Amino acid sequence: MPALMHKPVTTIVAIALLGLLALVPVASEAFDDPFMLTLFTRIVIMAIAAVSLNLILGYGGMVSFGHAAYIGIGGYSVGILAHHGVHAAWIQWPLALAMSGIFALLIGLLSLRTRGIFFIMITLALAQLVYYLGNGAYAYGGDDGLTILKRSDFGGLIDLNHRPTLYYLCWAILVAALYFCHRTVNSRFGMVLQGAKSNDRRMATIGFPIFRYRLTAFVIAGMVCGLAGVLSATFTDFVSPAMMHWSRSGDLIVMVVLGGMGSLFGPLFGAVSFLLLEEILSGWTEYWKIVFGPILVLVVIFARGGIDGALSRGQAGALMTGIAAFFLVYGVHLVYEDAWIIPTLILAAAFTLSGLVWWHYRRKRVASTETAGGDHA
Amino acid sequence: MLEPVLQASNLVKRFGGLTATDDLSLDIREGEIHAVIGPNGAGKTTMIGQLIGELRPDAGSIRFLGQDITHLPVHKRSHLGIARSFQITSIFLNFTALDNVALAVQAHDGHSFRFWGDARRDAGLREPAMEALKQVGLAHRADVVASALSHGEHRQLEIAMALATRPKLLLLDEPMAGMGPEDSARMVAMLQSIKGSVTMLLIEHDMDAVFALADRITVLVYGHGIATGTPDDIRRNEQVRQAYLGDELEA
Repeated sequence: MPALMHKPVTTIVAIALLGLLALVPVASEAFDDPFMLTLFTRIVIMAIAAVSLNLILGYGGMVSFGHAAYIGIGGYSVGILAHHGVHAAWIQWPLALAMSGIFALLIGLLSLRTRGIFFIMITLALAQLVYYLGNGAYAYGGDDGLTILKRSDFGGLIDLNHRPTLYYLCWAILVAALYFCHRTVNSRFGMVLQGAKSNDRRMATIGFPIFRYRLTAFVIAGMVCGLAGVLSATFTDFVSPAMMHWSRSGDLIVMVVLGGMGSLFGPLFGAVSFLLLEEILSGWTEYWKIVFGPILVLVVIFARGGIDGALSRGQAGALMTGIAAFFLVYGVHLVYEDAWIIPTLILAAAFTLSGLVWWHYRRKRVASTETAGGDHA
Repeated sequence: MLEPVLQASNLVKRFGGLTATDDLSLDIREGEIHAVIGPNGAGKTTMIGQLIGELRPDAGSIRFLGQDITHLPVHKRSHLGIARSFQITSIFLNFTALDNVALAVQAHDGHSFRFWGDARRDAGLREPAMEALKQVGLAHRADVVASALSHGEHRQLEIAMALATRPKLLLLDEPMAGMGPEDSARMVAMLQSIKGSVTMLLIEHDMDAVFALADRITVLVYGHGIATGTPDDIRRNEQVRQAYLGDELEA
């Protein structure tokens, strides 16, 4: 019951976050900061990829260490078609999804017969195969990558050259992916997926041929991730093997773990915080991973279930204060630079305030439940 | 005589040099509770593994309702009507009791490639699941997360999940394992209450339970069935006394 009572907190925070994300183009315009839009377009696209990974990793227990391959496959599908003069989105996009699906089907057919560490290694190996395929594709730039000279054409319906339009398209796809994920994990299919994660032997005994369900989930996740690849290629006008390097797959796993595996909004929280941290920390030092690593370790140790877990356990106050402290330090750092200082201090103040309010509200609620318990005793 | 529900003929299963199942033949008749007893390491769980399909016998055959199922995979046997409760509790710990049973119902309600509707609001799953929980006396705990249930309740949930697949044959692998006397008595009463409606193969170390429930008993020693008969036959069987039961029955 407590889990159910706390659940809305996560949902409220997630919806607020999605609302804030919807305002990014406006803010970018207001602060006359085009980079803000660039950064957040990337964040939203990676959040879509993380949502797709969460479907198989979080809900299905399939630790795919090659998920970035589908970003590459989706991206290259668009890039190669554009290279040959095919720009119609109605051809490019469905074909990119189909290619991602076919690759996921093949990789899934091979890898899903294994479990545990073997599954991790096989997905990694097969994804590296795709990576080297891109590296060796000299006709399409090899390891230099391939520049897309003309963006996908929706026949005047959607103008992808207009940056805010592209951003809102990504945002809408993220929201759609989250809604799809929500429906799916609570459907009959989702029950099978979660059951197979928890106890696949029992699933077979009660009569489920679980392989085909896992494979279907794997293909769906691959296709959604392929869509993220399409958006990424469109946004950067560029595809290269680097986007499917194994370390990119690792990043996706980190996003899902940081945000909270097997929770609907976990990957959203994870992608936003991972990429913001990356952006900010790498602004400080080239060796930003030295700072990021310990943060990740702290989250894994102290916040089981990641950010989502902390939120639903009512540690929102602590979380807010942590973020506030981070932005304060960042603000002090910026005093010696220039830009971003005002929005950063505003964010710090906002998080401090909401952290305090949350703590106050929570203390009152704990007190009231204690008296209620006392009455019964 | 009617053809037995399940007929295992001359099963052999070897693990390296160890013969875990040694020329074992077994008939299970419609409606009976057929107990299989034997000392630890007699090959009881190996036998269940072969009947359920997790293990392939090296020789011999298994027929179920007139069909050869020796090479059928686990999930297909489930759809023919073979269900199993596990010796070591094997449930979905992060689901509620009702979710657990509803999943078992779902397995036998067409394919599960349904991506949209909320499975937890599906009366077609929830109602039969609730029925199965009532059958084992767990209805009042339906909405409790399985990890919060007691050991005895886990064992009951095991049976409910097996029953929810509407089996024709229920393989019970030590349903009373680790239970206190009270829970054991409740489990015996529950099995007694469903006796006749479903054929059962019972593996159990609790001899009081076995002799209270079983219509027939097979004694397994070193993977070989040394005797099959009514509880009275088994009590009187000299070979069985020597091999296994010993003083236990004289007391």
